[in-house]
Amino acid sequence: MCEKCVNAKYVSQKISKTRWRPVSHSSLQQPDIFATGSWDNEDNKISFWSIGNHGSSGMDEGFEGDPQLLCEHKHDGDVLDLQFLDQDRIVTTSSTGAVTIFRHHQNSQTISVSQRWPRVHRYPCDNAPCTGVVCSSPEIVTVGEDGKIIVFRADQEGVIRVIENADSSTIHAVTYLRTTEILTVNSIGQLKLWDLRQQSNSPSQILSLSGDRLPLHCVDRHPNQQHIVATGGQDGMLCVWDVRQGSTPFSLMEAHSAEMWEVHFHPTNPDHLFTCSEDGSLLHWETSTHSDMPSFLQGGRNNSMISRSAMAPAGGNQSLISTWLSGDSSKGRLETTHMLPSQTLSVNSLDVLGQCLVCGTDGEAIFVNRQVPV
Amino acid sequence: MEELDVEPAITNIPAASDGKHLGFAWGPGDILAYETLYMAPGMCRHQHKPLSMFSHSCAKGSGCSFIHEVRKDEDIYSPILRKLFNESHHIFVGLQTIREDLPSKNKKTQFVSISKNYRSVIRACMEELQQVAASVLVLQVSILLAIELIWNLCEVLFIDAAPAGPLLLHLLDWVRLHKGDVDEKAREVLQSESPAEHHDYWDVVVSYVLQGRFEEARQMLVKQATLQPAARNMYKLMDTLLSKMPFYNPGGTQTLTEFDVKWRHWHEEVDRCLQDNSFASNQHLEIICKILVGDEDTLLEHKELLSTWYHFLVTRLLFCHPTVKPTELHYYAQSCMTMFLDLRSVPEPLDSILLAAFEFDIHQVIKDCSIALNNWWFVAHLTDLLDHCKLLQSHNLHFGSNLREFLLLEYASGLFTHHSLWQLAVDYFDNCPEFGHVYLELQIERVPLDTERKALKVLRICEQRQMSEQVRSICKIMAMRALRNNRLGSALSWSIRAKDAAFATLISERFLQDYCARGTFSDLDLIDNLGPAMLLSDRLTFLVKYREFHKLYEENRFSEAAKLLLSLITAKIAPRSFWMTLLTDALPLLEQKEVSHSAHCALHCGFGHDLCFSKHT
Repeated sequence: MCEKCVNAKYVSQKISKTRWRPVSHSSLQQPDIFATGSWDNEDNKISFWSIGNHGSSGMDEGFEGDPQLLCEHKHDGDVLDLQFLDQDRIVTTSSTGAVTIFRHHQNSQTISVSQRWPRVHRYPCDNAPCTGVVCSSPEIVTVGEDGKIIVFRADQEGVIRVIENADSSTIHAVTYLRTTEILTVNSIGQLKLWDLRQQSNSPSQILSLSGDRLPLHCVDRHPNQQHIVATGGQDGMLCVWDVRQGSTPFSLMEAHSAEMWEVHFHPTNPDHLFTCSEDGSLLHWETSTHSDMPSFLQGGRNNSMISRSAMAPAGGNQSLISTWLSGDSSKGRLETTHMLPSQTLSVNSLDVLGQCLVCGTDGEAIFVNRQVPV
Repeated sequence: MEELDVEPAITNIPAASDGKHLGFAWGPGDILAYETLYMAPGMCRHQHKPLSMFSHSCAKGSGCSFIHEVRKDEDIYSPILRKLFNESHHIFVGLQTIREDLPSKNKKTQFVSISKNYRSVIRACMEELQQVAASVLVLQVSILLAIELIWNLCEVLFIDAAPAGPLLLHLLDWVRLHKGDVDEKAREVLQSESPAEHHDYWDVVVSYVLQGRFEEARQMLVKQATLQPAARNMYKLMDTLLSKMPFYNPGGTQTLTEFDVKWRHWHEEVDRCLQDNSFASNQHLEIICKILVGDEDTLLEHKELLSTWYHFLVTRLLFCHPTVKPTELHYYAQSCMTMFLDLRSVPEPLDSILLAAFEFDIHQVIKDCSIALNNWWFVAHLTDLLDHCKLLQSHNLHFGSNLREFLLLEYASGLFTHHSLWQLAVDYFDNCPEFGHVYLELQIERVPLDTERKALKVLRICEQRQMSEQVRSICKIMAMRALRNNRLGSALSWSIRAKDAAFATLISERFLQDYCARGTFSDLDLIDNLGPAMLLSDRLTFLVKYREFHKLYEENRFSEAAKLLLSLITAKIAPRSFWMTLLTDALPLLEQKEVSHSAHCALHCGFGHDLCFSKHT
């Protein structure tokens, strides 16, 4: 995929988060609407955009048609995280410590505030930015700089549960491990597992890197194999962990030269992983697929990426061992591709669904790629 | 002080009351003004009336409580113009990476293409502004139009630097690009029922001829010819004349001299037609013939269609001196301007800028643009591009840096005052070799740090440029803030980043104080999992080891606990206030059987030693 097939759309706001609206699993449609949140503006906004992909199969080019703005709404404070709750509603977290649910009215293309929890994350005398949110409708879990984990239910006033002092440092991101377990990452390089069924205020497991305790900024779970988790942190290293085994990561890969802001497994093709970073690059990681032939004998591969790890057994147990856990700290059987033209400012956020990828940068640009090779 | 180039502009502050004396203070991009109670001399104290003017009463001792902010540059706050700043930043950064060792021919093509990129960004902004169609934006649109016009001319004259021959062709393109209403009118005429009878028909034909667009002119004339079969021969003659006008072909084998000869032949032929009165019966064709021969009076009769003196200039050159040399341009430009404009009208800034460009006086162009525009964007980027083309003399300004750097610094400083665009400014400072670093150091500390994420970005900028002092100061700010909010883990992670041992010591003291006060440790998840970071400061190491000692004791691993405690005492990293605590901790261990004999003795000795030591201090 050539870098030049991605066009920038300049939108006059620095994009902090961007997410595709989920498409129903039954249809084979490509996603057509995404939401963005801005930051560092005097008046921040959330906006909905369309790329007009309504089942049109006649598109040859990957970039025809800029994203069109559908509607936007004022947002109080920086949008620090954004998730779709369902087809019409998004949850956002703010630098003022508030959590808000917005509803997108598709018929009139307007946005209204559906529910709001102001100042849920706070210090005794000040607001604390709420840094991450994850939701599984109707449950919403947020984390913040105040080290709290808060559980809400959409359509219910007040909070369901607060885990005070869950962490003595800032919690940067949260994700679901199982329906009742969540995983958080903090600024002293620890992953913590929390079992929400239990009433205790301490994590059920703590994992961390050996060596320097650098902050971790993002975490994502493998869509099919729930014990595999990828994280990225301040030094731009991509770590893949197996939460069942041991307390240190399974493999470490040098990815970026600055903070990694987001990491995403592709939801339907988890052999593909995407990361974006402060250094302005967006990488597409692809593990080689299960095959009988060792990868260095297959044609067309970039030889410099070939690892020195052991050959996989022909056929056999490979389907049970994820290729992400190759256990080798070199690039493994991985191919990495840059997806953006060079010299962009920090890429703050990305999302990938089907064959479409969207990302937003500090250069106030949105990039959409409709033909991601997955 | 040097003389002023222009009179300073006066800005009225509407909210300030009449007659008040204003105080002011400079800011990075604006001025703060406030009303004072100062009485100017000449005002009568008792009645608060100025002696000369009309009376104006105000209550004694009252003052207005407003502060007025006067901003020079409103453009950076316009949402559409923001795209201009972002896109041009991208182009700028790309320009700086063009390698110096490329052959100059390749570089010239690249520079021209970069110039075109800049211009297309300006056009895109202009189009968007036009679509919004608010009255307030009309001024902005016209400014952008002027900017693009000037830039395009600079590209033709300076960057592309076409010699005689292609020069005229480029100038024709330039004029055609900036006279868009001809196509609109033509569209209107062609879409009407009978185009040849439309009242604008002849205007369109003449406009085409004036711009040298003979193909389109001929196509239009055909329509008229079919309506007047009797005059068929005349129209055929005109058609022939138009089709035979030679245009210089830069890629061809024809030399300039050969072209000149051909052109003179053609010119003579047209003149003959005029003398023969071939078009005498049709006034329109006669006018066109006169234009083709370059008759100045006829051209000036069509001022409305030409609308600007530079269009007149290019048209005149087209029909009188198509082989004009770049060095001859200013002579024609000056005379055309004089002929076209009324003697009474004052030349506008745009006119003098264009004239300076025709005179190849780059510095004058930049200077005039700096004065006329309220934003440094245009001059900064244009000067930077011209500097890369090695067109600016490297004379230094009074204040040490060269012109390019000065303009870039001014522009970037203006960007830094914006709450969001400050990130772009960093790259501009990076490319100012003399003062950029210093400017950045001063400005980056003023960026407000509301969230950790923003602080991290600012830190990354500082670290990449080895601005260690700023790194330390930012980390300290964030760590203090965290400490105030009792977020000890965050505070510690900031001090680890800055490698700030002193602060790590401070945090450890807090922990130890907490322990003394409550008897238990807080934030065990932090202390138990620090890893090698605990070596940052002695106090921190002590804290971690002390907690480890407690853990070992609780797990009944007494011999290991004793060894650890011993090493803690002998290593002397414990704070003085803790010595008694350590010794008290040692007491129960001495009673444990599991503690090895040697450890026992060592503890006794250590005990004694420290007891003596503490007695003497």
